Amino acid sequence: MSPVLADVLLVTALVGALALVHRPLGDHMAAVYSSKRHLRVEQWIYRAVGANPDAEMRWPAYLRGVLAFSAVSVLFLYVLQRVQDKLPLSLGFKAITPDQAFNTAVSFVSNTNWQSYAGETAMSHVTQTAGLAVQNFVSAAVGMAVAVALVRGFARSRTGDLGNFWTDLVRGVVRVLLPISVVAAVLLIAAGAVQNFGDIHTLTTLTGDKQDVSPGAVASQEAIKNLGTNGGGFFNANSAHPFENPNGFTNLLEIFLLLVIPFSLPRTFGRMVGNVRQGYAIVAAMGIIWLLAVVAVTWVEFAHPGTASQIAGGSTEGKEQRFGEGPSSLFAVSTTMTSTGSVNSFHDSFQGLSGGVLLLGMMLGEIAPGGVGSGLYGMLIMAVIAVFIAGLMVGRTPEYLGKKIGTREIKLAACYILVTPALVLIGTALAMALGTGESSMTNTGAHGFSEVLYAYTSASNNNGSAFAGFAANTEYHNTMLGLCMALGRFLPMVFVLALAGSLAGQKPVPDTAGTLRTEKPLFTGLLVGAIMIITGLTFFPALALGPLAEGLAT
Amino acid sequence: MNTSVVNTARILWAALRMLLVLTVVTGVVYPLVVTGVGQAAFHDRANGSMVEVDGKEVGSRLIGQSWNLPGTDRPDPRWFQGRPSHSGYDPLATGSGQLGASDPTLVKDVKAAKRQVAAFNGVAASAVPADAVTGSASAIDPDISPAYAGIQVERVAEANGLPVPQVRKLVEDHTRGRTLGFLDQPRVNVLELNIALRELAAT
Repeated sequence: MSPVLADVLLVTALVGALALVHRPLGDHMAAVYSSKRHLRVEQWIYRAVGANPDAEMRWPAYLRGVLAFSAVSVLFLYVLQRVQDKLPLSLGFKAITPDQAFNTAVSFVSNTNWQSYAGETAMSHVTQTAGLAVQNFVSAAVGMAVAVALVRGFARSRTGDLGNFWTDLVRGVVRVLLPISVVAAVLLIAAGAVQNFGDIHTLTTLTGDKQDVSPGAVASQEAIKNLGTNGGGFFNANSAHPFENPNGFTNLLEIFLLLVIPFSLPRTFGRMVGNVRQGYAIVAAMGIIWLLAVVAVTWVEFAHPGTASQIAGGSTEGKEQRFGEGPSSLFAVSTTMTSTGSVNSFHDSFQGLSGGVLLLGMMLGEIAPGGVGSGLYGMLIMAVIAVFIAGLMVGRTPEYLGKKIGTREIKLAACYILVTPALVLIGTALAMALGTGESSMTNTGAHGFSEVLYAYTSASNNNGSAFAGFAANTEYHNTMLGLCMALGRFLPMVFVLALAGSLAGQKPVPDTAGTLRTEKPLFTGLLVGAIMIITGLTFFPALALGPLAEGLAT
Repeated sequence: MNTSVVNTARILWAALRMLLVLTVVTGVVYPLVVTGVGQAAFHDRANGSMVEVDGKEVGSRLIGQSWNLPGTDRPDPRWFQGRPSHSGYDPLATGSGQLGASDPTLVKDVKAAKRQVAAFNGVAASAVPADAVTGSASAIDPDISPAYAGIQVERVAEANGLPVPQVRKLVEDHTRGRTLGFLDQPRVNVLELNIALRELAAT
């Protein structure tokens, strides 16, 4: 079978699997976040914490919960890394330096999972499982909670109540992320991923060489790393490492895991606002953008126009033999279009134009389908903007799902979409102006600039993948990228929750003949157009200096 | 004391307790349960799919190795060679060289690798496949393409004093196609192939 045909089958199998679980998983999540009952284990947790799971919160209280939990998480993870050498199972690794520990703590709490360290020689068993893996769960659950709060803002009327943050957090972990992770982790082990708490183990090869084989609770972390769109690899090579991703089956499973919740949440949204067709319009917009990018990157990778790739005879640099161009492209697009950032091949060595598409995927704000939770709320903000643009065109007050998009709502949405572009562009410009960007480049020229742009785009959008030639472990970049990750995660959440509160307080406007039908394909088209135009206008100049310049030169 | 300070402290305290409880659930119970299941049901795989020869561990079938002449960085003609690795197949330094697809250094490296592989195996440069001259993503890629194994057959057969058809058959037996017809690329696991080669040469 030709590689292209195999790749078409692979994408078809993936889309089929996602379509198959879209309804049951989406409905399950809607039920989870709407249920009045608490599971036994959840009741224990609430009792241990002293939280009342049935107390409703208005948006400031909900936000305080999010921020307090995240602040405590950053501090806890920071301390854990700083003292890991004194804890058991340290593998002899030293304590992490302050700037890198700050960067990593913010990175995992903000669901970015940018890594300026190499897991196999830096992080102890305890840091990996009790620190990093925990944030893989809870940062994902926080994202889902905020998305659900926004959905409640649309669904509820004449109330300021958005639900209870602690309840949403616990339910996301216990009823959604944990069960799927257990199944996925066991499947990964069955297919060859490792799962042990052993020591680094030195053996003698047939040639008489010594080789050190890494241990680790890899499969358990791999499952949630992708399911929670986190992306922080156990090892430096991330999902390219054969212990994390040993074959084509695990590769497909991992891509499925990182897409499944983001692509199912629109169903949850549709259920909760009482019209599943509204969810279909959203998921269609996500799917169109994702598929276009998959086709574009796969095409360029198979064509391999880069000079070195032409001489080699394929775009195989930075790719594993078992995956090859097609599955690597599929993984790369899926990881940058969600907020995952795990990689099974190194984006730095992709063809110039493919690298541009991957960058663009993150610049869109990771909404196609985006991170768990953050993808849905990002897309709903874009829907608000699209409705607003449509309203301007016909000269009528825009409405979405029976809620007026007034001055306050559009201000909040506008603030939301300004945050990450500001962080990306100012961050990149500062790094270039101060010379710290240039000194961290591995590549030269336009591609070198792309490395810096990619780093700040990845951090600000909470992706975490990298043009990994970029030497990120400097005091400057650890600090600045850490700030980008924190602001890029939590400032938008402030605007989302404020918007949710404002929407929930409104009384619904009845549908009339003049209401824009947001469940129709026309609206999906408008939404995709609005996303492309807004991102295009914002980032085109920066893209022209990096990947476009590189891609057009070859 | 100011009520807002008290309030903030109260929320932070609740948040800390929540984090600790969830750390127990997701950071202790979850990995231990998965490890328990994995170790019980898939003991070999959970521990790295190690391969033994004569009762001694010689590697993991998932982790590539270097097949150089002992103590040198020159390839040993008696073994099938893996892909170029910028870390020399050190599993504690995984990751790729990170050079862009048109980068001048990469262009130079690929050209040099092509010349070296062609000369080493006594084939034309045009016969050298892409995976033989480019670094993998992990730097410990265990596999090579069937084409790369193919151009090594004659050199390996000669160095081991084996008939070429026998070695060619060995490569064919160790070539794995796409699982289910569309997963994985066709590939040859270098460690498994070399172990089989060693047995063949010993008989």
